[in-house]
Amino acid sequence: MKIGITKLVDLRQAMPALAWWVVCSALAALFIFPIYLMVMQSVKPLDEAVAIPPTLFPHQFSLESFLALSGENGSINIVHHILNSLYVAIAAVVGTVVVSTLGGYGFARLPFPGRNTLFFAMLTTFMIPFQAIITPLYLVLRTIGIENTLLGLALVYITFELPFGLFLMRNSFATIPAELEEAAFLDGCSPLSALPRVMLPLALPGVVTTALFTFFASWNEFFAALILITDQDKLTLPVTLSILQTGQFGTLNWGILEAGVVVSAIPCIIIYLLLQRYYVSGLLSGALK
Amino acid sequence: MSGFTKQGPRNDTPYTPTAGVGRRRAGDLSWYQRRQLTGVLCVLPAALFITLFFFIPLVLAFWMSLYRWPLLGIHKFIGVANYVAAFHDSTFLHAAGFTAEYTLIITPILLIVGLILALLVKGSRRGTGFFRTVYFLPVPIGFASASFLWVWLVQPDVGPFGRILQMMHLVAQPPQWLAATASALFVVIAMVTWKTSGMQMILLMSGMQAIPTELEEAARVDGAGRWQVFFHITLPLLRPTLALVLVFSVAGSLLAFDQFYIITGGGPSNSTITAVYWIYHTSFVTFQLGYGSALSILLMLVLAAVSFVQLRLIHRSTEF
Repeated sequence: MKIGITKLVDLRQAMPALAWWVVCSALAALFIFPIYLMVMQSVKPLDEAVAIPPTLFPHQFSLESFLALSGENGSINIVHHILNSLYVAIAAVVGTVVVSTLGGYGFARLPFPGRNTLFFAMLTTFMIPFQAIITPLYLVLRTIGIENTLLGLALVYITFELPFGLFLMRNSFATIPAELEEAAFLDGCSPLSALPRVMLPLALPGVVTTALFTFFASWNEFFAALILITDQDKLTLPVTLSILQTGQFGTLNWGILEAGVVVSAIPCIIIYLLLQRYYVSGLLSGALK
Repeated sequence: MSGFTKQGPRNDTPYTPTAGVGRRRAGDLSWYQRRQLTGVLCVLPAALFITLFFFIPLVLAFWMSLYRWPLLGIHKFIGVANYVAAFHDSTFLHAAGFTAEYTLIITPILLIVGLILALLVKGSRRGTGFFRTVYFLPVPIGFASASFLWVWLVQPDVGPFGRILQMMHLVAQPPQWLAATASALFVVIAMVTWKTSGMQMILLMSGMQAIPTELEEAARVDGAGRWQVFFHITLPLLRPTLALVLVFSVAGSLLAFDQFYIITGGGPSNSTITAVYWIYHTSFVTFQLGYGSALSILLMLVLAAVSFVQLRLIHRSTEF
């Protein structure tokens, strides 16, 4: 009786179990279908990939689309652009994790005059979209002399992931009981040496979440990468796909484009499936606290 | 890790320096001062990043918006002329209107789809975890990748969607989705719904699970029907979460760029150019950096106003 009441607004209660399975499975098919089509398209031979009418599953399996991205005959070398993306994403992850761990620790645990004001000022960056300051940002990078570099792009990504990272890490450190920290101080730790020895291991879930979000954001980012990087050589994956789309190297082949999409999307899906717990909990803590 | 044990000497008041702590220093700084200094040093890198790559560009954006500022050549102070020009720029006005239209259409769709998915998969019965994972699957894929996928799906001759409709005898010929404004917008909305409703689902679901079950029970005991409970108890109590999901969705939609740049290219005949798309075009295709900055400031003001109203909404709705 009690269970029946507490689950009143559960849609499942409003429909028989079989109907629930049917509805959920049909929706699941809708969500998976585009991903299925993408993967299938990428393993068709090149001529089948542009066949009219299109085939819904490969009649013949082939890796031609991926091989066409190997950089031979002046085509796009996808490995090169994967490395560009990896460089930017890893630099952004390391930078964001280090800076927001230090900052989060400071803001949560080491009081100094003006601390709250400063934290608030940093959080205001949540309110302002980076799309609105991309033009002067480009000029700042040019003034420093790192315009059109992957390093510049990584620094920009670090800055735009920082508010979230600081927020998350501050919360992670704030929930650690003060007794643990005091014990460390009494055992002779300085405020700084208590961070790696005592505090950081306890805040590790926050670190993983920050790293995960920064990786996804940097790996997938399109707008800033499109504007700040102008050398084709230095393009990250998403912008490389737009080069494929324009068919700059001969006519556009939809098999090759979807092979590129697979290369860019599948790692995200795999990482999400492996680290789902951190991803979802981070989403909730970032959003609901 | 050697120095850390839970059995270490305990202190009743937090952060009180003791003999054990004091013995470590011989310098002039007290323990408190040292901790303050460490705090400042810890937040310094973050402050430097945000100053250099956020606050300076922000100030610069205001400044540039008052100039005629080509990429190369002389900058000329022209006061508010850029802002005046913005209100006479028919492409910009159309882009702003289209962005608002897009936001108004997609926001309720995402909310309703997210709500339905959340109702389906909340709780802990067998299968819910699997379906949650599946519905969330497109979320980690980037907007750009998802757009490059969907632009192929809806191609009239080689795209599978038109072919499937044709095989189901719903259409005689595969439709030219991207050739008309309404159907192009429909494609983008379908893609965004597919890609982001899993996110809305997770947020709404956790909001629902935070509602005390006693309230729903009490209403049920008082004789309320299932849907009455949903509309009169659950939905009102879900307001904070709904408001939050609303903020995400509205802010994301007002800043839409990737999906339109990639799928529609702003077409047909510039009818699906969004605000950010036009700012991009102004600043980085025609290189009117001053004018682009003025448009950015206007966008920022609109977004700040919208966020402010929505945050008020969240704030008020938590006082129940």
